[in-house]
Amino acid sequence: MRQKTLGLLALVAGVFAAPAAQADITIGFVTSLSGNGASIGIPYGRGINAAYEYKKTINGETIRLIQLDDGSDPSAATRNARKLVEEEKVDLLIGTATTPSTIAMAAVASELKVPMISISPVGKLPDSPEQWVVAVPQPASLLVKIVADRMKRDGMKNIGYIGFSDAWGDLVYNGAKAAEPTDDIKVQTNERYARTDTSVTAQILKVMAARPDAVLIGGSGTQGALPLITLSERGFKGNTYGTVALVNPDFVTVGGKAAEGIQVSAGPVIVAEQLPDEHFAKKIALDFRAVYQKTHNIPTTDGFSAYSFDAWLIFANAAERALKTAKPGTTEFRTALRDAILSTKELPGVHAVYNFKPGAVTGVDERSLVVVRLTGGVWKYAP
Amino acid sequence: MTSDIAAILGIDGIATGAVYALVAIGTVLIFTVTRVIFIPFGDIAAFTALTLAALDAKRFPGTGALVVVLACLATLIEIISLIRNGDTRLLPRALLFYLVLPLAVVGIAWLTMRIDPPLAVRLVLALMLITPIAPLLDRIVFRPIADGTVLLLLTVSVALHFALVGLGLLFFGPEGVRTEPLTSLSTEFAGVLISGQTMLIVIAALVFSGLLYLFFDFTLVGKSLRATAVNRTGSRLMGIRPARAGTIAYLLGSLMAGVSGILIAPVNTVFYDSGFLIGLKAFVGAIVGGMTSYPGAAIGAVGVGILESFASFQSSALKDVIVFSLLIPVLIWRSLASLHSEEEIEE
Repeated sequence: MRQKTLGLLALVAGVFAAPAAQADITIGFVTSLSGNGASIGIPYGRGINAAYEYKKTINGETIRLIQLDDGSDPSAATRNARKLVEEEKVDLLIGTATTPSTIAMAAVASELKVPMISISPVGKLPDSPEQWVVAVPQPASLLVKIVADRMKRDGMKNIGYIGFSDAWGDLVYNGAKAAEPTDDIKVQTNERYARTDTSVTAQILKVMAARPDAVLIGGSGTQGALPLITLSERGFKGNTYGTVALVNPDFVTVGGKAAEGIQVSAGPVIVAEQLPDEHFAKKIALDFRAVYQKTHNIPTTDGFSAYSFDAWLIFANAAERALKTAKPGTTEFRTALRDAILSTKELPGVHAVYNFKPGAVTGVDERSLVVVRLTGGVWKYAP
Repeated sequence: MTSDIAAILGIDGIATGAVYALVAIGTVLIFTVTRVIFIPFGDIAAFTALTLAALDAKRFPGTGALVVVLACLATLIEIISLIRNGDTRLLPRALLFYLVLPLAVVGIAWLTMRIDPPLAVRLVLALMLITPIAPLLDRIVFRPIADGTVLLLLTVSVALHFALVGLGLLFFGPEGVRTEPLTSLSTEFAGVLISGQTMLIVIAALVFSGLLYLFFDFTLVGKSLRATAVNRTGSRLMGIRPARAGTIAYLLGSLMAGVSGILIAPVNTVFYDSGFLIGLKAFVGAIVGGMTSYPGAAIGAVGVGILESFASFQSSALKDVIVFSLLIPVLIWRSLASLHSEEEIEE
């Protein structure tokens, strides 16, 4: 009897040890499937699933993808990152949907020396002796820079700002402030509201009291429409501008007529079908849409799933080079993978052409953004 | 700040405050009858808005599934407790109330959906679907611990809120909704534009707080409900059924949460988790009213709304800090000014 039990135990142990024996590459992915970031966290998750379908093996090595939910909570993101590294021994972290949680994850990645590809914009990385983290999205400063250039072209001088009372609101505001001297604009207000607020009447009154030519929205998703609705109620006639964070189908439904005409800077993938044929993102973005459609049976219309997809492309490109020198599951491989990521050259994705180098968090340039305008409930390419 | 702006802020604050007032009155109602500080109240209001939006979009709302699941659970618990107590003759009645009625409501809603009903019918459907939730939750969660301390009931209530938020995400998805306004009327008052929707909210809050005041002070059922809150054992000796009193309170309360949900849906975007903050601010209002007085809770909640509106104008980033900081002086004033009732004595 005891013999049998022991045999059984050995068998079970063998089953559990089996995956570790064949060295496949393990990816730890964290997103927000619940909590206040869920509306963008869910597309991020769908994007990674589509990316996995797009490319399941690298040089014959299979990829194992582990997904966890952080509930939009930075402390849960920290726990998830630790669990993935210490228990699952992942070679790479990808995450997560909200900026505060991403910064928390990045701290863990730097401490435990695991490369991480961030899919949220992070302004500044935690201090660490070596760089382990890169970020896919266009930095807020660049997003706002492109919008500010457009404001200048449209002849806007005085700008009112209203955004979320969180890290994202700060990023957009600071980006607009930084663009003041070059684009000859003046940001007059810095009003904030929370995603769960029921009214922004007071803030909009304050914005309008500054008599702005245009208003810049530093919100995201559905609730980014609230200031626009209030502005139109109060009879604001000027232009409105925003960033890619607003782009999702529900923003358009909720915003309705009030959101009409808003111009946002966004990755080319948003208007893939309208891009000229020679544009770097055209073909790959259409491929991405096809694989997303195949994986989920719904079309993709947001920019968030595309960030996950680009993170996967960056990882796949770096892993090909890292596999030449080390075996997955080892510290050497993690270091090699990080070095490979940090030496990415002219890699076209659906959002941008990526060039990473040590010392810089992001690796995108102005090619990564186009201005799109909401016309009749559809985002239209506005070069 | 000019007088124009102050007027607009005041109106905006009263409109927000009236929503809080509806929820605050409901919170006080349930608290005075069952001693439960019903945190998920705001969630029920938010779920009504989401249900209505789903009906508008011709989707069958997740609330239906929620009601079915809760009804099955409650029936199971009720049957087990009846069999344990040897009250098998009450089984048919229990089945009728806990299983047949809620399922009938869902069935009616499901059938009515097919014929693409007008807005008025959709409003009624949304209210019908939402009303069974709180009484069923009461049967499943609160009745087994009805004699517990206020603190225990509060803790369970918080846990229940988190469970409901999770279910809300499952049933309604992560996106916010906004429904069509019920009325497009608007009037000028002292040079400030007031929308009909705002007036509806304020009128509803006034009507409900008035009605409840009359109900509790001038009807026998109302008085029996109050007696239950003061002393469960004593009221049972007088022939009042505490369990039934609780159910009535939850039904009334859900109806109010439902109405406030329907009223806020057109004026702001409601998410599956919007309820918590609405509930919390209403709770602050209710505390200002001392958790016992309906007019007090309504006035307190309107005060919170106005404070919030002016605070957002002065410093939008610190708005919630200002609102919740209000609690501290209020609680100090309350604890110094009121005589402590000894309600926590072991019976």
